[in-house]
Amino acid sequence: MKRRLVVIGNGMAGARAVEEILKRDPEAFDILMFGAEPYGNYNRILLSNVLNQTQSPSEIFLNTLEWYQENNITLHVGMKVTHIDRVSKKVFALKLSAEDIPYNKAIQGIDGDHFVEVPYDELIIATGSRPFVPRIKGSELPGVFLFRTIEDCDQIADYAKGCQKAVVIGGGLLGLEAARGLMTHDLEVSVIEAADQLMPSQLDLESANLLERAMGAMGLRVFTKTFTSQIVAKDGRVSRLIFKDGGILETDIVVISAGIVPMTEVAEKSGLKTNKGILCDDQMRTEDPHIFAVGECIEHRGLTYGLVEPIWQQVGVMADILTGVNSETRYVGSKTGTKLKVMGVDLASMGEKETDENDDEVLVYRDPNRGIYKKLIVRENKIHGAILLGDTGLSDSLMQLFMNEKELPENRGEILFGSIDGSKLLDAGDLPDSAQICGCNGVCKGEIVSAIENGNCSSVAAVGAKTKAGMGCGSCRGFIAQVIESVVGEVSYDASEHYYVPGIPFEKSQLVREIRSNGLKSVSVVLATLGGGQEDPTTKTGLASLLKTLWPKEYEDERDARFINDRVHANIQKDGTFSVVPRIIGGVTTPEELLRIAQAAVKYKAKMVKFTGGQRIDLLGIKKEDLPNIWKDIGLPSGHAYTKAFRTVKSCVGTDFCRFGLGDSISLAKEIEMRFQGVEAPHKVKMAVTGCPRNCAEALVKDVGVVAIEGGQWEIYIGGAAGSTIRKGDLLCTVDNPQAVIQYTSRFLEYYREHAKYLERTYGFVERIGIDLLKGILIDDNMGICLNLESKMQEAVDAYKDPWKEAEDPVYPFQFDGPQLIEVLQEAENNG
Amino acid sequence: MNKPFKVKLGSIEAVPMGQGLSFSVEGEEIAIFRSRAGEVSAIENKCPHANGPLAEGIIGEGKVVCPLHGHQFDLSTGKGCDRNESVRSFPAWIENGELYIDYSTTSPELVVL
Ligand code: SRM
Ligand SMILES: Cc1cc2nc3c(=O)[nH]c(=O)nc-3n(C[C@H](O)[C@H](O)[C@H](O)COP(=O)(O)OP(=O)(O)OC[C@H]3O[C@@H](n4cnc5c(N)ncnc54)[C@H](O)[C@@H]3O)c2cc1C
Ligand code: SF4
Ligand code: FES
Repeated sequence: MKRRLVVIGNGMAGARAVEEILKRDPEAFDILMFGAEPYGNYNRILLSNVLNQTQSPSEIFLNTLEWYQENNITLHVGMKVTHIDRVSKKVFALKLSAEDIPYNKAIQGIDGDHFVEVPYDELIIATGSRPFVPRIKGSELPGVFLFRTIEDCDQIADYAKGCQKAVVIGGGLLGLEAARGLMTHDLEVSVIEAADQLMPSQLDLESANLLERAMGAMGLRVFTKTFTSQIVAKDGRVSRLIFKDGGILETDIVVISAGIVPMTEVAEKSGLKTNKGILCDDQMRTEDPHIFAVGECIEHRGLTYGLVEPIWQQVGVMADILTGVNSETRYVGSKTGTKLKVMGVDLASMGEKETDENDDEVLVYRDPNRGIYKKLIVRENKIHGAILLGDTGLSDSLMQLFMNEKELPENRGEILFGSIDGSKLLDAGDLPDSAQICGCNGVCKGEIVSAIENGNCSSVAAVGAKTKAGMGCGSCRGFIAQVIESVVGEVSYDASEHYYVPGIPFEKSQLVREIRSNGLKSVSVVLATLGGGQEDPTTKTGLASLLKTLWPKEYEDERDARFINDRVHANIQKDGTFSVVPRIIGGVTTPEELLRIAQAAVKYKAKMVKFTGGQRIDLLGIKKEDLPNIWKDIGLPSGHAYTKAFRTVKSCVGTDFCRFGLGDSISLAKEIEMRFQGVEAPHKVKMAVTGCPRNCAEALVKDVGVVAIEGGQWEIYIGGAAGSTIRKGDLLCTVDNPQAVIQYTSRFLEYYREHAKYLERTYGFVERIGIDLLKGILIDDNMGICLNLESKMQEAVDAYKDPWKEAEDPVYPFQFDGPQLIEVLQEAENNG
Repeated sequence: MNKPFKVKLGSIEAVPMGQGLSFSVEGEEIAIFRSRAGEVSAIENKCPHANGPLAEGIIGEGKVVCPLHGHQFDLSTGKGCDRNESVRSFPAWIENGELYIDYSTTSPELVVL
């Protein structure tokens, strides 16, 4: 018979404990979990992102319903355990009603209530903590919220809709994250802190003052040394705060984030010893040998924790004990470090913030103008504490040096600024197996090494797939690569990382060979022939783009393989309408064209008319059914603002008007845009032609950029970028006439079309292949393929058709239709 | 009115091969999909993430990918493939070249873990 394991609390500690136990011995227990919240386990840390609207609640779940099912775990959600009968070894729980808040102390269960009762052999308490609410009159009023659960975030977002001003009570880590989150709801936010500085547990006064300045610059008001005594409501809604000194602050919503208190009442009611938290020993046992406790609800060696890292260590020890894998393991406490998750502010802190010991070295670097402050406290040549504000480049390395008590380099400048010769401050190879590499998902070096040695993982992606390391914020990926290097000598890349599309196990050149030699001309035929009959939806768009390149004329276009934008030749918007960007060649237009665009914008009620970053005009908010007519009215070809294809050529006025112009940039820009318009590629291609090195058309940061220079010459730069990546283009060559520009550009673009991976922009491609190699191939023609590249490109250019011509002749019925209205004749059709 | 009833949506030819098309039934938008293998399916045309029009999504392996942010849903059950979210689904079939769905006005079953 399996032993019965019951877990109270389905939060970060409870669910992780179960995972660790299953990892060690999946057969040891019948597992049953109680969670007071009405859903599965989610990553509480990411609530800050939910509140600041960068992630949706559905994106932060950690364990899916399937996970519980697959592992045969019985999960009781929305049920709160009220007490434990330690003699009969039973747990009693109560169903919460929809309005109940899990951390409400008042919910105790009354005699005669409907209880669920389950027996246990071993029990884990992982009830976490509840927000601390200081004694403030009115803290129960409508419009006052806490910040701990998904439910809290939903309620805050909902209530914030009718508000203009917000107050956060509490200027600690979470309070600041809450304040930043509220700002994204268009609120004017103030933070009230009782201490004389922000984040008193992590920062010294000087860094706190700098932080206050940085927050102020973002529009946040901070009041320190301010005690709130009362919250007042008007017409049933919060309206103002009254401070102890008599001061008043108007507000429409209040969020209290003033610290946390371990939830100990289940343990207390069941006669277990508690102090600040549930007391437990180095094996996470409470005084009852069959009851364990982990997470924020515990007190261990006099300490309570409010962070996840200690939890990963605690549950590892407990799982060892419970499964009997190692009955000697001990948890001896955790060192902690934190990062503030506030957009626009870089802040990390670890260990002590101040020291009185004369023997400690204190290194401080200040650059207040740039908002930079770094302080390191060194004791016995190890980091004892650190604060990094404004520049956290080294924080991951310092955190590892701190956590693992590593000796520091003699040159102290290196720990403040990194080494001058670029060598590493810390080599992951030197870290012990127990070193936590991924803090987000709690993965230590030993697990990564074992994934590399036993799981044959030799790429960062493979290690991530196996261990979850690097799959959170991603900042530890460099370390993972170092660990791989130290074990197998070199980091490799997954074969599947090289597949051109996920559903077909070939890299690009193999795939091209297969497609060509078998004469495969449509996506469905390729999938049937090479994809084993599977039709992975994410594979289709990549294949369509490749096939169009390989068979410019004979390609059998299947619209179901296209993304919606490419089905209707416009960009889908967040509300399901579309945007229309007509082609304005080289950025040059005429009054007649502008008139037609203006009239169309009026007629089809464009929600906005905007000049794009690509020197043309965007009509936004157009209904799908209106697309064909608006295109006809505008009478210009598509600007391809939506597709993975050649897009625009930005220009400057050049010799036509500019007193500095060295080359006729407008004519060349127009000629290039006319030639390459709409030619499909692995990703979008943007160009610029500029009339002199002052570079008003920003040619050095384009996929292809052309710069006129003295002596009638033109420089061609490739692989520039200024989007999510910034890269200065590499000089491919300098030529002395515009026709040569077109010729070399054709070669490069065709080579890119044939050899880049799907969705690889030229900045990645040029970097990967290397400019010297590209010069050899495209300029010196050392592979003898240049003629072929040029003629292939000519074929693609000749095959171009303006997609907006489909306005006259849709390729399938209802291509541009909205929802089909159906009249339901209930009586006639009802068969029930 | 809680019983399922049959609603005729017209000729199946309206739905292009391998794609979706949306219908407005009783004021609710329903996305119909027709796979290349000839199967039809019907789900609510409103992604629970941020109201994306699912009928405009790419389909394959019995799933649709929402055009706005790529969340995926099973075409026959409406269940989200990797997240804790779902849309309503309706039985759909073809009779003599005409498309039908079983349109029930019952509220969706609450998805509780
Ligand atoms: C309309 C426009 C913004 C504007 O109002 O100015 C725009 C709008 C979009 N950009 Fe952009 N980008 C626009 C100029 C740019 C520029 C500047 C430029 O073209 O000179 C850049 C930097 C250069 C570059 O391309 O890298 C730019 C870098 C991006 C990126 C980042 C690409 C990268 O790999 O770095 C994306 C995301 C992507 O492609 O994956 C993106 C994606 C998008 C998408 C398509 C997002 C989406 O999938 O819906 C936006 C479509 C909105 C719509 O429906 O119209 N947009 N985007 C600009 C259209 C230019 C045009 O006339 O065609
Ligand atoms: C907004 C926010 C941001 C954070 N950011 C960070 C960060 O950046 N880094 C970091 O390290 N930490 C961060 N934390 C802290 C981190 O989330 C906690 O340390 C961690 O969640 C604690 O895990 P736990 O399992 O002990 O408690 P919880 O995750 O709170 O889980 C306890 C669960 O038990 C349930 N429960 C309680 N009592 C009962 C009962 N009687 N019966 C049944 N169920 C019960 C609760 O409802 C809850 O779901 C953050 C916390 C918040 C709120
Ligand atoms: S930067 Fe580009 S992708 Fe981002 S919101 Fe603006 S238009 Fe959209
Ligand atoms: S709206 Fe569907 S994924 Fe965002």
